[in-house]
Amino acid sequence: MDAVSAATPLVALVGNPNCGKTALFNVLTGSRQKVANYAGVTVERKEGSLLTQSGKRVRILDLPGAYSLDPLTPDEQVTADVLLGRRAGESSPDFVVCVTDATNLRQNLRLVLSLKRLGLPMVIALNMTDIARRKGILIDADKLAAELGVPVVETVGVKSSGAGALIELLDQVAVPARVRQAPVWTTPTPADIAHDQSEVRRLLRVVGGDRLDEVTLSDRLDAVVLHPVLGPLILALILFLVFQAVFAWAQVPMDAIKAGVDQFGTWVGLYLPDSLLKGLLVNGVLAGVGSVLVFLPQIIILFFFILILEDAGYLPRAAFLLDRLMGSVGLSGRAFIPLLSSFACAIPGIMATRTIQNPRDRLMTIMIAPLMTCSARLPVYALIISAFIPQRTVWGVLELQGVVLFVLYLAGIASAMAVAYVLKRMGSGSTRQSLMLELPAYHWPNLRNLLIGLWQRIEIFMSRVGTIILALMVILWALSSFPAPPAGATGPAIQYSIAGHVGAWLAVIFAPIGFNWQISIALVPGLAAREVAVGALGTVYALSATGSDMSGALTPLIEHSWSLPTALSLLAWYVFAPQCLSTLATVKRETNSWRYPLIMAGYLFALAYTGSWITYHVASALLA
Amino acid sequence: MTISPLQDSVRAPSLAGSSAVLDTGGVRLVDLPTGATAQVLSVVAGTADGDGVGGTELGRRLAELGFLPGERLRIVARGFLGREPIAVRIGTGTFALRAYEAACVRVSPERS
Repeated sequence: MDAVSAATPLVALVGNPNCGKTALFNVLTGSRQKVANYAGVTVERKEGSLLTQSGKRVRILDLPGAYSLDPLTPDEQVTADVLLGRRAGESSPDFVVCVTDATNLRQNLRLVLSLKRLGLPMVIALNMTDIARRKGILIDADKLAAELGVPVVETVGVKSSGAGALIELLDQVAVPARVRQAPVWTTPTPADIAHDQSEVRRLLRVVGGDRLDEVTLSDRLDAVVLHPVLGPLILALILFLVFQAVFAWAQVPMDAIKAGVDQFGTWVGLYLPDSLLKGLLVNGVLAGVGSVLVFLPQIIILFFFILILEDAGYLPRAAFLLDRLMGSVGLSGRAFIPLLSSFACAIPGIMATRTIQNPRDRLMTIMIAPLMTCSARLPVYALIISAFIPQRTVWGVLELQGVVLFVLYLAGIASAMAVAYVLKRMGSGSTRQSLMLELPAYHWPNLRNLLIGLWQRIEIFMSRVGTIILALMVILWALSSFPAPPAGATGPAIQYSIAGHVGAWLAVIFAPIGFNWQISIALVPGLAAREVAVGALGTVYALSATGSDMSGALTPLIEHSWSLPTALSLLAWYVFAPQCLSTLATVKRETNSWRYPLIMAGYLFALAYTGSWITYHVASALLA
Repeated sequence: MTISPLQDSVRAPSLAGSSAVLDTGGVRLVDLPTGATAQVLSVVAGTADGDGVGGTELGRRLAELGFLPGERLRIVARGFLGREPIAVRIGTGTFALRAYEAACVRVSPERS
């Protein structure tokens, strides 16, 4: 029976955060999921479909976790709006599955009582019953159903067969024959809340499951993990291992991808005659795809760890430990992992801000993420440092080149903190932000959830970011290739292209910060990605070497043609400048608007110009 | 069992100072030492405060998380360097609260 989509019933999963709702959603829908954003907000919208035994298709919407129908966060706002039929573009659900954590019924039942008041047809999924049973928490599901007048099914979200009873029940769900009136919600008074509380207590007495374990295993773990001394040490160790893995493990696949794309480009080049098409394919499309693909290993490794730590319940604890430290500049403790990730690459870092629920904290973290020194800056730093900073030991033990590199990293961190502080001050004046962060019980990460989560991150990165980056790369290629140099031209081809003309015009703007026309031209294709500037400089200086030979050949050249203030000024430029279209494209995707990438580009270019100007003039004055 | 109603005090909790005992009785949750257990007496939210969660909303949200009169709680841990955030076990859940949030909850400490 292949029903028309209009006749496909829509089932919404609702529940408290950390009730295992997403795991249950994964079991119900498998890989048949669509991840997008709700219109106008950065809240993730997850919809999937389920095929029941009788061959009926049911649409399943995984609503964001909520403690209450009186929303405090954008997540809760979406959940309440969808349930009440107030959200434009979203049809209100035909059926509600209220997912509850059987080990935490005391808290979860309050939302159940609120949902029941809405009067939507619903079922209660008593989830995590396996863990509850192991803890000795036995809940009489039939009694609970009788007491509430709502069907109750037991589910185990981490087992593929754990949703059998729920699927059977969903088989019965149908689209109502006539349009139902939207449910009405009135905010409970303190008396209502007190009434619900005594009702929850009464229910728990009747159905069981109110074993308030004095000290659970999670508590014993928390005694160590949240310990004022041991806690930060464990966190530091975990972070060290994660970032070691991001840099070390990713190197081999990254090199392989780079080599593979280069190889493929050479191979295509052999079979195609010299033509515009060849240039477009090899230098535009392939180079563009390659420059995006190369970040994939880092993204996979980073999210592998983030998803495991999140599923196990560690991430909120890390936020707890770092809350005070990050709070001093107005950031949330949850901002730490995205910012640290940005040292590898700002793209996975910005994608990792999805773990920050508070939209203001998330936006602030996104805005300062590009200030962290990403690995793509290293080729540029390495080239300039090796050409201009002498190899010599300072203060007995330190190597001067290393000190300069360290200062560049430090400049990035310090400016990020300063920007965060300014943004906090510019905010509405209130410094008091609520935390109220749940620290869920620890549990073993689930492989299916890990794989589905990883696949979703890869898909988001490849399809959405890939398309926009690819388009921009092709445009940049065209700008650097057209028009072709006139017959008898002596300079490098790029000099006669649009990019060359833009560069010549930029040279006027960049003269006050010490950049010559060669640097200015190289910065245009260097917009694509920071390390591209090294290759572009090679093109401008008409070098024929490629790859790693390039910087070797460039070093003596720039050493003689640039002054030291120019070199230092370019270093300062690279600390700030948003010379990475992929990052800006990611910000556009993650914030759902052009506003924030434009603000980001604007403030970073302004910082870069100011920083370079100061550096150039101070250095010139000192050396004069 | 009497349940003291949730109320909005005109006094912001941060201004309550260090005086441990106020008219509502008991002590503030924020003043309990790590490891202490207590029973919730009342939730007294301060006045609305900027764009953070303030006033009635704060009191209501704490209630929704389970901070309700009669419920028992325990201080699980405190943040590194200082007294906030505070990890509190209430019922079967554990929540991290900022000091100003924890100051809204008045409790009666239990002897351990």
